[in-house]
Amino acid sequence: MIRIANGQGFWGDWLEAPVRLVDDGPIDYLTLDYLAEVTMSILQKQRQADPELGYARDFPPLIGRITGKLREKRIKVVANAGGVNPVACARAVLKAAPGLKVAVVLGDDVLGRIGEFLGKGYEMRNIDTGEPLAAIRDRILSANVYIGAFPLAEALATGADVVISGRCADAALVLAPMIERFGWRPDDYDKLAAGIVAGHIIECGAQCSGGNCQVDWQSIPDLANIGYPIVEAEADGSFVVTKHAGTGGRIDSHGVKEQLLYEIGDPRQYMTPDVIADFTSLALKDAGPDRVHGGGVRGRARPEMLKASISYHAGWKASGTLVYSWPQALEKARAADRITRRRLDQLGLKFEEIHTEFFGVNACHGPAAHPVSDPPEVQVRISVRGPDRRAVERFTREMIPLVLTGPPGGTGYGEGRPEVRQIVAYWPALIPREEIRTRVEVVE
Amino acid sequence: MKVPLSRIAHTRSGDKGDISNIGVIAWRSSYYPALLREVTAGRVKEYFGELVKDRVERFELPNLHALNFLLHHGLGGGGTVSLRTDAQGKTLGAALLALEIEVDERDLTD
Repeated sequence: MIRIANGQGFWGDWLEAPVRLVDDGPIDYLTLDYLAEVTMSILQKQRQADPELGYARDFPPLIGRITGKLREKRIKVVANAGGVNPVACARAVLKAAPGLKVAVVLGDDVLGRIGEFLGKGYEMRNIDTGEPLAAIRDRILSANVYIGAFPLAEALATGADVVISGRCADAALVLAPMIERFGWRPDDYDKLAAGIVAGHIIECGAQCSGGNCQVDWQSIPDLANIGYPIVEAEADGSFVVTKHAGTGGRIDSHGVKEQLLYEIGDPRQYMTPDVIADFTSLALKDAGPDRVHGGGVRGRARPEMLKASISYHAGWKASGTLVYSWPQALEKARAADRITRRRLDQLGLKFEEIHTEFFGVNACHGPAAHPVSDPPEVQVRISVRGPDRRAVERFTREMIPLVLTGPPGGTGYGEGRPEVRQIVAYWPALIPREEIRTRVEVVE
Repeated sequence: MKVPLSRIAHTRSGDKGDISNIGVIAWRSSYYPALLREVTAGRVKEYFGELVKDRVERFELPNLHALNFLLHHGLGGGGTVSLRTDAQGKTLGAALLALEIEVDERDLTD
């Protein structure tokens, strides 16, 4: 049995979590998932500004902080902290924690190969909309292919203490140690699928151990000290999800089910670079306090195509807010919205979308929100987006004047004019597997 | 009798691009048949109204006594494009808890 923990569900997750995972009990592997869909574009921009950047900058100081425990307990780290510059990330880790052996997995970054792919006739159509990539080619900011667990396992096999990748399937971080330690092969479909299911359960960190959990949430103990999840993986593919003793949060089958269903499509075919997992085959049962057992998972052969994650410039947006108080708070907020739209229209400004929400009324649930009568206060939030930056900038000047020119009692403008933000959109596409060659390098 | 969905199930929701997914999990295995019968793709589509621009798909997970719904074009463009506060649909699962369903005593036996 090996213990694989996950200490980050995204870049920006709780900084103390990985430290506590190595401090508070036994683990063999610490995985850290830093990359959300559009994180790569932010990192690509950072690298363009400075060739030594472009990775998750929280990662090297973290390794520096826990390096003593990693050595003492012989814990290996597997992280997609490399972003668009895994080698620079590895060098920064070695600076923060001299003497560790660091391996990087390369080959996911295909930004420089888009022309080659299009030239070969791969249209890389948007999986969601069907549009060919050529439509946005001159606006592409980053392009990475999701790689699987086998290259990560190969990197672990070098004896590295820390394995750093760029874009990889999130659950692959957890599957990789199982492949390396148990010797699973590419056609061990059921075992690989089991590892993916276990990985999916813990890839969002504490979201399977009591965080963001509806199951009698008021009774979940000590969320301030929530324990991050650990998979106890067996060579036969069965596993237990648990956490360190004495930590907060709760692990039970209902909470794990919530996470299993989080951000999936067809549960019979959860696609990964290594295997297609069937979530409907999983048998889940409670196995004692803070322990959930999983088994029976079935899988099928990996897909022929790999998924690429491409980001591109898609215009500009801004959101402005004002607060109106009782009496007639909602009526005043609605009037402010009407006036603003009228003024934007008179200025001749064109947007792809103008969207208005009323906080305290319908901001989260829209038309499904239950009606409220006579709220003590309402915040109106007006947002615009469009290709013309100047139009969006002009909009940001239209909110605050309402305080003196609109309905009575407008306030809450203290933060000043809204900020204009670039929209970096996400373009999922497919590319034949044989085009992608990964390689492992040990960085000294 | 009419009860809110929260009587028989809990939910979690998130995003994949401009698709919101809502997992709906029966509190007890014995509630799953009522979940299957009452919470159809059509009812979910109707419940969210103009919030969801395209179709709603439903998948069944009898092993977990759960359903997974995909709300296509349900996030106002999704991710960074969407102008919504809840651009990732994190709260749509909670919204669905108020869906009114029709159950009888047999549906609610443990």
